Amino acid sequence: TLGPRVGYFPLLVSTIKAHFSSSLPPGVDTVWFEYKGLPLKWYIPIGVLFDLLCADPERPWNLTVHFRGYPADILSPCEGEDSVKWNYNNSLKEAAFIITGNSKNVMNMSQADQLAMWESVRKGDLNSYMNISTKLKLGPFEEDFLVRTSSLGSRQGSDEPESPGSVKPCRVPVRLYVRRVQEDLEYLEDAIPVSDWESVSYINRPFEIRKEEGRRITTLEHALETLLPEFFGSKPTARAAGPEPAAATPDSAPDDSDTTPGTPRDREPASASPQEMDVAKRARVKLVRIQGMALGLDTPFLWVANNLRNPECFLHVCVYIGA
Amino acid sequence: MISFSWQVQSSRDNVHLYDFHIVYSFSYKVPVLYFQGLQAGGQLLTLDEIKKDLPPHSLQLLNESKWTFITREEHPHLSRPWFTLHPCGTSDWMKLLLHKLGDKDRSLQYLPAWLSVAGQAVGLKIPLKLYCSS
Repeated sequence: TLGPRVGYFPLLVSTIKAHFSSSLPPGVDTVWFEYKGLPLKWYIPIGVLFDLLCADPERPWNLTVHFRGYPADILSPCEGEDSVKWNYNNSLKEAAFIITGNSKNVMNMSQADQLAMWESVRKGDLNSYMNISTKLKLGPFEEDFLVRTSSLGSRQGSDEPESPGSVKPCRVPVRLYVRRVQEDLEYLEDAIPVSDWESVSYINRPFEIRKEEGRRITTLEHALETLLPEFFGSKPTARAAGPEPAAATPDSAPDDSDTTPGTPRDREPASASPQEMDVAKRARVKLVRIQGMALGLDTPFLWVANNLRNPECFLHVCVYIGA
Repeated sequence: MISFSWQVQSSRDNVHLYDFHIVYSFSYKVPVLYFQGLQAGGQLLTLDEIKKDLPPHSLQLLNESKWTFITREEHPHLSRPWFTLHPCGTSDWMKLLLHKLGDKDRSLQYLPAWLSVAGQAVGLKIPLKLYCSS
């Protein structure tokens, strides 16, 4: 079965059941999926599970489907498509709240639009999805770090006080999945498989884009430093300020290199100890994978946020950390 | 994260143990209440069983108020499904509760005020001490 990257496993159940119908014993089925002993959380998009759990991408991805013995202590209950739809809509409302300060634009969607949007997600139909999602005005995030919201002057009950014509710093919905791998890992195929969910850190936290002195483009690295300070740096602001003269301060000096995604920026020679510390911390990050792509830490964050997010408007980021 | 436990005598022979966690939601910028109930033997209580332990006015609040409803969510730190009071309405009713207070009082009173509503929905009795202390 082909499962869309932005889809969810329970939505594949009817196809799978049809395939196995002749070999199932009589009785009620409660379907769940498992990879190398780990029950898969049904509300995490298929592509994210694949990026996180399958260090060395397997094609096809060999999973086990179970029809009995639902592990209720590990997986929250799933009543098929309804549960997934509810979860999708909830996430969309949360994303809307993060981006605009309230969930009104999603709550005020017409029945027809809600249905059409869900159908487009269920089928993986990008065109239909785009038709409806643009009405919600949940993006794109713009270079000058502001987002235009759908009704600037007439919002009640929003998070912050609003004055006509004012704009807010943009908050990007992000969900991070941090997987610990061996510190000396060289080849992905050698990574120890994830055997329980406790060994994966899930961080659901928006990233607020703020303009900072000397920083021209917010990179993926900067976003991850802010959201995962314990993995990327001892203090989130350690890199922005310091007693060194501007020329020697690592990475916060603007440069003229090309900022298209994937182009590495030249590193300054490691002469001061903060630079060495940063290099050491960077070495702990083995991989950052989004929508199946391993992205360089210098990738502009706005490009990532605008192009790689899922239909419910969250950016899902898998990070492999050596520990 | 703030955590505390609560014991409920559900019937003559049965004691249920409730765990409550208050966790900050970065998405909604409000505190969120997570809870679960256990039988004496350690089995998890279902939502229907939990509702049986709630006082009548809590049930009424849950059923009638559009702002307080219980859903099942993954606990942000414990990687297990817990029950939670959905946070989407919290900032709205917090504004109503605190609108007459100045900034200084607002930050002192925020958590007790929030707990007074959230706690009611799940049948918690908040000790008066919490409101009297500064």
